[in-house]
Amino acid sequence: MADHTEVEEVHEDSAADVTSAALEVAPYNVAGSRGPRFGAPLVEYVLRLGDDRLVLGHRLSEWCGHGPILEEDIAVANLALDLVGQATMFLGLAGELEGAGRDADALAFFRDGTAYRNALLVELPRGDFGFTMMRQFLFDAFSVVQLDALASCGHAQLAAIAAKSLKEAKYHVRHSGEWVVRLGDGTEESHARISRSLAELWRYTGELFERDVIDDAVEAHGIVFDHEAARARWEAIVHDVLQRATLEVPAPPIMASGGRRGRHTEHIGHLLSTMQSVARAHPGATW
Amino acid sequence: MLAARDDVMAVLGTVMDPEVPVISVVELGIIRDAEVHDGVVSVTVTPTYSGCPAMREIEDDIRSALLAAGARDVQVQMVFAPAWTTDWIGPEAREKLRAYGIAPPGRAEQGGLITLTRRRAPVACPFCGSSDTRLQSEFGSTACKAIHSCNSCKQPFDEFKAI
Repeated sequence: MADHTEVEEVHEDSAADVTSAALEVAPYNVAGSRGPRFGAPLVEYVLRLGDDRLVLGHRLSEWCGHGPILEEDIAVANLALDLVGQATMFLGLAGELEGAGRDADALAFFRDGTAYRNALLVELPRGDFGFTMMRQFLFDAFSVVQLDALASCGHAQLAAIAAKSLKEAKYHVRHSGEWVVRLGDGTEESHARISRSLAELWRYTGELFERDVIDDAVEAHGIVFDHEAARARWEAIVHDVLQRATLEVPAPPIMASGGRRGRHTEHIGHLLSTMQSVARAHPGATW
Repeated sequence: MLAARDDVMAVLGTVMDPEVPVISVVELGIIRDAEVHDGVVSVTVTPTYSGCPAMREIEDDIRSALLAAGARDVQVQMVFAPAWTTDWIGPEAREKLRAYGIAPPGRAEQGGLITLTRRRAPVACPFCGSSDTRLQSEFGSTACKAIHSCNSCKQPFDEFKAI
């Protein structure tokens, strides 16, 4: 199949791409047995896409059985399933591009926190339901913009996964956006609480639009992502919803950053210890 | 014997969606290609939703149905492009969904980045046909369904979501 040829070519390229620039951005890649062995920009890039969705999907799944109402319990579990499904596609591709025999499961369950490349925003504890929905909305709005751009990028496999995921991200942002409006423009209590969530989360949004050497390097593979244009589209969506939610756009704080390079909050370790426990206790088990 | 593509498609026409067992995987639109060479069958499938837990079972069902029909070997490949759309579900299959109590999907959204507010006609109740229905939740028992409720016959029902 044509796809197959593509993989071979890309793999050759990515092997050649392990340059000092890549190592500079990810010096943590000096491998322990479970540590990250990669560093090729294209692999790093796809991992970022997969890890954002895997970690957020896991956070959402924590609501399963604890949703505020039955319909929402089901909705959140559905959203989590979509995100984990998207992560499986992205991580599967990352493993294929890495060429070291790791599949999506190996990448999800046998990497430690420092090897994860998700943005800090998605690993924060779920908080109350309003916090979960505000975080979800801020990410979903980013996700539709990001996937929409990648769906027409020059890397065929990545574009296919982006186009597939975009269909889902569209109804995700509608759902989370509706909750932001409902809670923001709701009762005094819901307004106060979701305002606090917004203030707390805002400083984690800057990282989504950071550009580094990985983004520059993947342009050679036809992946050109304009971070500034994306930020403008994201702001248009976010400002519109916040306004309808009677919430104020927070003043720009100092933005938190580090997840893309493996420098995480303490929360990632706790999350992974739950998420990876079964796979690590029974390596190779299937069910 | 499985000698040609048509034979393979005929067998696949008997493999039902495990969650909606009144329509086949062919009617669902997820079979993108099928080939047979010397008894070895290769089927190309596209997933419905990226996290659909039934995909694995569907793959197994496809494999066992074809082996039972005489295939020497079966290869199932997954493709993501073009992304699956409910627009690939034909009129006959839509009628089967309705008869089963699931409102068939409307037209999938075209273009546009997002629509943050929904403006859509009410979905007709598959039981009494009334249009006096309301959306309860965009998320239902499976990724592909939304929950509605009929104000006329008071019956809750599923809708196969347009995507």
